[in-house]
Amino acid sequence: MRSPHRTDDPAQRTDEGAGPGLVRLSDLPPGVLRDIALVLLADAVVGVSFGAIAVAGGLPLWVPVVMSLLVYAGSSQFSAVGILTAGGGPVAAAATGLLLNSRTAAFSLALADDIGRTWTARLIGAHLITDETAAFVLAQKGRRQRKAAFWISGIGLFAVWNLSVLAGALAGSALGDTDRFGLDAAFPVVLLALVLPALRGDSAARRASAAGAVIAVAAAPLLPAGVPVLLALLGLLAARRGPFRRRPRTTTPGSAS
Amino acid sequence: MNATLACVLALAAGTYVFRLAGPVLHGRVELPVRVQELLTVSATVLLVALLATGALTEGQGFAGWARPAGVLVGGLLAWRRAPFAVVVVGAAAATALLRLAGVS
Repeated sequence: MRSPHRTDDPAQRTDEGAGPGLVRLSDLPPGVLRDIALVLLADAVVGVSFGAIAVAGGLPLWVPVVMSLLVYAGSSQFSAVGILTAGGGPVAAAATGLLLNSRTAAFSLALADDIGRTWTARLIGAHLITDETAAFVLAQKGRRQRKAAFWISGIGLFAVWNLSVLAGALAGSALGDTDRFGLDAAFPVVLLALVLPALRGDSAARRASAAGAVIAVAAAPLLPAGVPVLLALLGLLAARRGPFRRRPRTTTPGSAS
Repeated sequence: MNATLACVLALAAGTYVFRLAGPVLHGRVELPVRVQELLTVSATVLLVALLATGALTEGQGFAGWARPAGVLVGGLLAWRRAPFAVVVVGAAAATALLRLAGVS
């Protein structure tokens, strides 16, 4: 918990409202820390089920554990393990996982500003980019808050995910069917709750997202996993008619503090 | 090298390259404000597509009624600005209750 926080950089100090680059818990608006804790809890349950499913499917213990440390992307881990345990072969498993994770490139471009400028921050921060951290960062308005949201949710999620996957793999198949508890509805709802603030104030984002969601769902039965979500970017064309509404951080310098 | 290990390493390396694209390109390529806004909207579009397919589909088929119904309950709670915990627990509870009642 030391070096990733030390993202201080002279260039950053001149940025509007950024202040010194050190991330503090107090940089987060009230309530966000509790939200992060709840997502950690939800991801812990998903992580335990991932570890259990992988081992119950006949894979050696190291596969879910090493995968979670090095790949660290829930949906692609599930798809890769699903393909491996179904006998689909390692090439198909890796290709599908990569396709699913190509969206992280878009997230990494959107989040680059909030990770920090030093190479340590970039190299470590890049590995922490997930759907959840992207959503937490996008829900924050100020620069400081975005940076704090990134590092606090990123480090917390990485720790919780890996520990819970290890616990699940050790517990093996003892856990039973997690769908019984409705936990499969938790992941979409977490994303929904997190993007709602971004959608409320931005009609262009609303149009683009609605069009993109329709495209993705329509394409899901026809195309391999991962492709439909990327196709959703075509929804951006729907937003092109109107000007994009400027985000608060670009229109009101100083609002970050 | 074992094929499963090769698969895990290839997936890990490729994923890290995707993730590094943003931080590495940042500061070298000066993106116009309009492109930065477009990237922010792109991330939102991807998240919404992810939640929509996650709510409605399982593999390449329909996920059944229980999950999207639960997500809808959570969505309504979120829209009414219910606390985050209430939103997530409400969605999971609705889905679990529907399944208990025999709705898949």
